[in-house]
Amino acid sequence: MNQVEHLIEIHDISKNYESGDTSINAIKNMNFYIDDGEFITIMGQSGSGKSTLLSVLGALNHPSFGKVLIDSMDLYNLSTEQRADFRSEYIGFIFQSFQLVPYLTVIENVEIPMAVTGIKKKNQREMAMDVLKIVGLEQKSDRLPDQLSGGEQERVAIARAIVNKPPLILADEPTGNLDSNTATGIMELLKSLNKDGHTIIMVTHNQKMSEYASRTINIVDGEAFA
Amino acid sequence: MKLHNISMGNIMRRKGKMIFLVLGLIIGISTVVTLLSITESMTKDIEASLNQFGANIIMVPKNDNLSLSYGGIDVGGVSYQVKEFDQKSLVNIRKIKNSKNLGIIAPKVLGPVVVNNRKVLLMGVIFEDELALKNWWLKKEGVFPQKKDEIMLGSQAAALLKIRAGDIIELSQKKFKVTAVLTPTGGSEDNAIIADLAKSQEILNKEGKISLVEIAAFCQGCPISEMTLQIAEKFPNAKVTAMKQAVMSKMQSIELFKSFSLGVSILVIFIGSLLVLVTMMGSVNERTREIGIFRAIGFRRGHVMQIILLEALLLGIVGGIIGFFLGNMVALGIIPIVIKEGTFAGINSSLGIISILMAVALSLLASLYPAFKASNMDPSEALRSL
Repeated sequence: MNQVEHLIEIHDISKNYESGDTSINAIKNMNFYIDDGEFITIMGQSGSGKSTLLSVLGALNHPSFGKVLIDSMDLYNLSTEQRADFRSEYIGFIFQSFQLVPYLTVIENVEIPMAVTGIKKKNQREMAMDVLKIVGLEQKSDRLPDQLSGGEQERVAIARAIVNKPPLILADEPTGNLDSNTATGIMELLKSLNKDGHTIIMVTHNQKMSEYASRTINIVDGEAFA
Repeated sequence: MKLHNISMGNIMRRKGKMIFLVLGLIIGISTVVTLLSITESMTKDIEASLNQFGANIIMVPKNDNLSLSYGGIDVGGVSYQVKEFDQKSLVNIRKIKNSKNLGIIAPKVLGPVVVNNRKVLLMGVIFEDELALKNWWLKKEGVFPQKKDEIMLGSQAAALLKIRAGDIIELSQKKFKVTAVLTPTGGSEDNAIIADLAKSQEILNKEGKISLVEIAAFCQGCPISEMTLQIAEKFPNAKVTAMKQAVMSKMQSIELFKSFSLGVSILVIFIGSLLVLVTMMGSVNERTREIGIFRAIGFRRGHVMQIILLEALLLGIVGGIIGFFLGNMVALGIIPIVIKEGTFAGINSSLGIISILMAVALSLLASLYPAFKASNMDPSEALRSL
């Protein structure tokens, strides 16, 4: 198989954090690939390096060694601003604890990624409403985040992640703060987004959530086991 | 959603802090505006007294003798031939570099005449200019001369010659009607007969001759010393003197106040900027997580910087407008206390524009470092605080 056909290729990446005289290897010499349309869960104990891996995949965290290719682009060969543009075009982030902007309404939160894309305001509103319909929150578009339940806030975060139609969605423990019923709803939503063509990489330490994935990468002490 | 919506949203959310920041700008701008308004009113006050003062440049023919009179008392002893100017040459006064600062130019011819067997000083003037210049001349009786054969007398001359308004007197066999007698002024005109310039030149046989020119330079901060030099250059045979002593001391006090105002303004502006800097830094630090999210979802460094600077711009405009009006209000209240009989010089719209620009510049400059810091945050570091 030609390597270029993979959406994501990870080549020998390591990430070290220096703390005083000691060096911590958060990621150790990882190699793997992810294909377009996959639903991957990254599993591991807390502190195993899975969130670091996600930030490296998300063009947010320069690895100490190695190469990350997404759509044949060497991410860390790009300039800082080019990486920002890359994130805007390619990646939708779903953060742990939702991370909505508290002073903006639901629909405005969904529109944030479009603020730097040059899409007209009127079109932004239509696109934001469309994704709010997908996550079932079109009726609550004018509310502020703190007027919503945890599950609803997570849905807004998902709507924000998919509004620019990125090929890749990176989710960091999206169900970590939700009860099991709500978590199931969110996972069903992610599954349907995957069916619609989004490649999803989700970090979790919940074995049950990995059942939704097509493949699981286990991280143990900074090493990946596919 | 545009970047300014995010800026506005943040301002609305952190109202307390933003009010604090704007307050820093308001205090800075209003202090500057108040001090500038006071200075402007003080200057206008001086200008008014300058205008009251009348002529402030006197041009007389140069002579080599020392004057032997003081306070109107002539001790005599030295006789010399009186030199005069050619009336036609006076147009050159208006050709000096600072001619736009020239007000009234009042030429005079002086000479003795005999009335009722007494020698009296005849002063020939252009009444229209002279009366405009000597606005402290008040008539004791009658009306100011209108025609060329009408004259007026100084108080002392009228008393000694026993002449009243309405009398007819003869000067070199020509009849003149006395239309007015002045109240005492304490000046030389008390002892003089004041007549039309051309008629006086005729009587004194000094056709086309001028003995003395009084010049008014009506303006604030006129370069009077320079203007006297410029006139002297045009009239090498003239002695041109600036009578500026009366306003010098007042001008000096304004200069002192200006320096003081500048010092206070710089200090207050510095404190205001510091306030903006500290508040903006605090705001940026509080928003570490938010900025991290913006960066993660594709905002460039420049976009983050724009958000912060846009906030600074909006707050600067608000601070500038409020500061300008507050400064004017304080000036309105304080000027009558600071300047005796002083009045508020009025709202100066160009100062308004400058105030707003200054507040915006101040706010932007003080926010530059916080904005730079925010835009340079490592998104992964910022997100670690999640």
